[in-house]
Amino acid sequence: MSNIINLSLSELVSNIRNKKISSNESTLAFVDRSKKSKHLNSYNEETFENALKKAKEFDSKPDFNKKLPGIPMAVKDLFCTKNVKTTASSKILSNFIPTYESTVTQNLWNEGAILLGKLNCDEFAMGSSNETSYFGNVISPIDKDLVPGGSSGGSASALAAKLTPATIGTDTGGSIRQPASFTGTVGLKPTYGSCSRYGIVAFASSLDQAGPMTRNVQDAALLLEVMSSFDSKDSTSVDFKRPLYLKDLSKDIKGKKIGIPKEYRVDGMSQEIEKLWEDGKKYLKDCGAEIIDVSLPHTKFALPTYYIVAPAEASSNLARYDGVKYGFRTEGDNLIDMYEKTRSAGFGEEVKRRIMIGTYVLSSGYYDAYYLKAQKVRRLIKNDFDNVFKKVDAILTPSTPSSAFKVGDKSNDPVSMYLNDIFTVPVNLAGLPGISIPAGLDKKGYPLGLQIIGKSFDEQNILNIAYSMEDKINFKFNLKEWWMND
Amino acid sequence: MIKDYLIERNGKKYEVVIGLEVHAQVLSESKLFSTSPTKFGSEPNTQVSLVDAAFPGMLPVINEFCIKQAIKTGIGLNAKINNKSIFDRKNYFYADLPQGYQISQYKDPIVGEGSVVLDLSSGTKTVGIERLHLEQDAGKSIHDIDPKNTLVDLNRSGVALMEIVSKPDLRSPEEVNVYIKKLRSIMRYLGTCDGNMQEGSLRADVNVSVRKQGEDKYGTRCEIKNVNSIKFMQMAIEHEANRQVDILEEGGKIDQETRLFDTKKNETRSMRSKEDAHDYRYFPDPDLLPLEFSNDYVESIKKEIPELPDQKKSRFIDKFNLSSYEANILVSDLDTSKYFEEVIKNSDVKLSANWITGELFALLNEKNLEITECPISAKNLSKLINLIKDGTISGKIAKTVFEMMSDGDKNPIDIVKEKGLKQQSDPKELEKLIEKVINENQDKVKEYKSGKEKLFGFFVGQAMKVSGGKANPQLVNEILKKKLK
Repeated sequence: MSNIINLSLSELVSNIRNKKISSNESTLAFVDRSKKSKHLNSYNEETFENALKKAKEFDSKPDFNKKLPGIPMAVKDLFCTKNVKTTASSKILSNFIPTYESTVTQNLWNEGAILLGKLNCDEFAMGSSNETSYFGNVISPIDKDLVPGGSSGGSASALAAKLTPATIGTDTGGSIRQPASFTGTVGLKPTYGSCSRYGIVAFASSLDQAGPMTRNVQDAALLLEVMSSFDSKDSTSVDFKRPLYLKDLSKDIKGKKIGIPKEYRVDGMSQEIEKLWEDGKKYLKDCGAEIIDVSLPHTKFALPTYYIVAPAEASSNLARYDGVKYGFRTEGDNLIDMYEKTRSAGFGEEVKRRIMIGTYVLSSGYYDAYYLKAQKVRRLIKNDFDNVFKKVDAILTPSTPSSAFKVGDKSNDPVSMYLNDIFTVPVNLAGLPGISIPAGLDKKGYPLGLQIIGKSFDEQNILNIAYSMEDKINFKFNLKEWWMND
Repeated sequence: MIKDYLIERNGKKYEVVIGLEVHAQVLSESKLFSTSPTKFGSEPNTQVSLVDAAFPGMLPVINEFCIKQAIKTGIGLNAKINNKSIFDRKNYFYADLPQGYQISQYKDPIVGEGSVVLDLSSGTKTVGIERLHLEQDAGKSIHDIDPKNTLVDLNRSGVALMEIVSKPDLRSPEEVNVYIKKLRSIMRYLGTCDGNMQEGSLRADVNVSVRKQGEDKYGTRCEIKNVNSIKFMQMAIEHEANRQVDILEEGGKIDQETRLFDTKKNETRSMRSKEDAHDYRYFPDPDLLPLEFSNDYVESIKKEIPELPDQKKSRFIDKFNLSSYEANILVSDLDTSKYFEEVIKNSDVKLSANWITGELFALLNEKNLEITECPISAKNLSKLINLIKDGTISGKIAKTVFEMMSDGDKNPIDIVKEKGLKQQSDPKELEKLIEKVINENQDKVKEYKSGKEKLFGFFVGQAMKVSGGKANPQLVNEILKKKLK
């Protein structure tokens, strides 16, 4: 059965449809491998028994018209799952069991998928290395002591280690694309408004988007098709005609104009990244695309803008975790004392840091200088993209400024950690879709990713470009199963 | 003309300046951002959705009906309707505020400047409206059930409120009384707020400052939070204004602060100073898009606006020739005006107005009833008025009949018939009756004729008494005058 875990999502789907593999067999394979991969710490909650039960139910009454027929899948622990613990990797929600299901996960189950478990992530999705989780850091299967990236680090780790055929994450400033890049997988952040935010533990409401994390571009197209839906329960959900991304997936990108933004050539960028980017351009040309130099002049303001807007929203979004209604509580002498004790003990350092930054930038006397200005700069960043997209169909950039780093390397230096998001953050600020695909290895043999940024709701186009490049890149990583125990 | 409301101290006169922030609960089936019901008085925590209790990942979705209600109210306040407004988060921690923020409108409210006309005994006065915005109500903290714990009821959490902010145009407790009643009247006409103060559907924060008469600059104000009856508002203003005058007269300075009114001690006391004021960290709620609608949308709502008190009053004055005073009383409450219009369908207008504002109001007052609970139907009151008008019964008998009608809404025609209360208007019968009275009181006749004209009333009384009150008093007068010549 070892071959089951090596199948891509699309291959697994067709094998199940062709009755070559049952849902039970495939679920068993991933459960078995997950059980042997505790070292990675990718799961917060395992629902293996229930998954096997569901798989048998599927096999007894299979519906092969579903898009994910009997497919087992673990998801990021930021999606609320009915009757299954949902913690956002925080102590403050460590005992929280929702009575409801997020729209995105419901969409998966509606198409036949089966929940394998909840995957570790940075606490409230705040982090770039999955080291801020209350349940401990996640290890990348790429190498010993290597971070998988974050915040969807558990998702990236589980996907790269083949503990799940595909997974879903959320991306507020790069939380899907950066870990995908670190682990040699594909991660897509859809246009803001494409996937419903209903039932996803909120970090920064104006930036959060759920998206697929997969082994290849085809799988990403399939999973996005299932995840994306208009949802009246989310006021920012956009009602547009959603394409059949998988069906319309094409390698014909002849004549497409691809922009290369000069501002992404940041100071101190390594030769490896430089070369990766150059290779990317070459592959695109090979596919018949046209490369055009473009300028996104406000790029350098994106990171500071992000680190004002996101914490501001987070400081307010996390106010509900006060020990009163649900979740963790430390008793106190009075209400204020209870709040202080609960929140002091319930949140980790990074979360507290961002709540403090957010509270500060919204405070009277500072609001205009920080929050308001950041909103204006955000508009300018969006305008930059709008202008460039008058000339090009998509933009190519590196996904991250470097490959994955070791556990503990940056955890004491928040600013250097924040710099990891430098290429991904502008995309969230502009609400655009972006996909990271594995594009090569650095000197250490660690994966590196390239990012393709598209126009609003033009996911099909960036999927097609990624699909064509994927072929040319022909990315290979020799996964040594060093973490497995028997 | 009543005197200006001024506070006198040491020969100096102080004017009181008042502005109100009225919180009016929107009349709607469900909450502002969730589908939970809003019914008052339900078991604690039975009208709470996941959104109201701020569960992780829950998102607000605007209830369009509440938007319409706010627009309607804005139209009723002759106010500017803003086609684009923004919902902001007002951040603060409290046990009955599950989200840790209240969704409100800060810089861009749905309704802008407007005005309300007050009918005062001294004439009319226009009070400016600064703005109206929509916001969520909080839940309720209950401190007196459990000796150790505060209990929280979230039924009210998320219910839509309209905050109506007046300009500092009010000058006395009496004007505040009239202003609140006028607002309530307008909203009841519109069906946008039931105005029920006992149930907390209408409450107000009262801003009070004082200044020497004739001064242009406003004094430093204090805000008295959450006063829930007109009486308490008036008491609070009176106390607070006097407190401020005392301070100024002692050479002190008013601190801008938030105060609470203690209804038992009849005094206001400091809740928090300006320095301790919350920093609410308002910012646009990223879960909600700006609220935008077209002029056509507003126009279509305008078409649903019923006749409002001011228009109705003008109509009553113009069409029915009522006095401004009478018209005002009849229109101030929508149900009263409906009752009145029902009665006058078949009856004399002036007489109807008199009876409703007189006997009927007295009856309702005595029994502490609303007009909607009135024991006498408009139809039967109309019949009674017709019996008076056509001379079937006298006004005096009518009062007796009216009393009998109040017990089970009886038809006055039946009462008159059953009790034989029909007025005696046959001149021959009355002549006989009066002759009898004269014959039996010859001594009084002599006195009368010798100049004691006051005795005329005595003869009328006797005649009425003999007739059992049924004699037509007008005819009795006429005949008596003739006979006693």
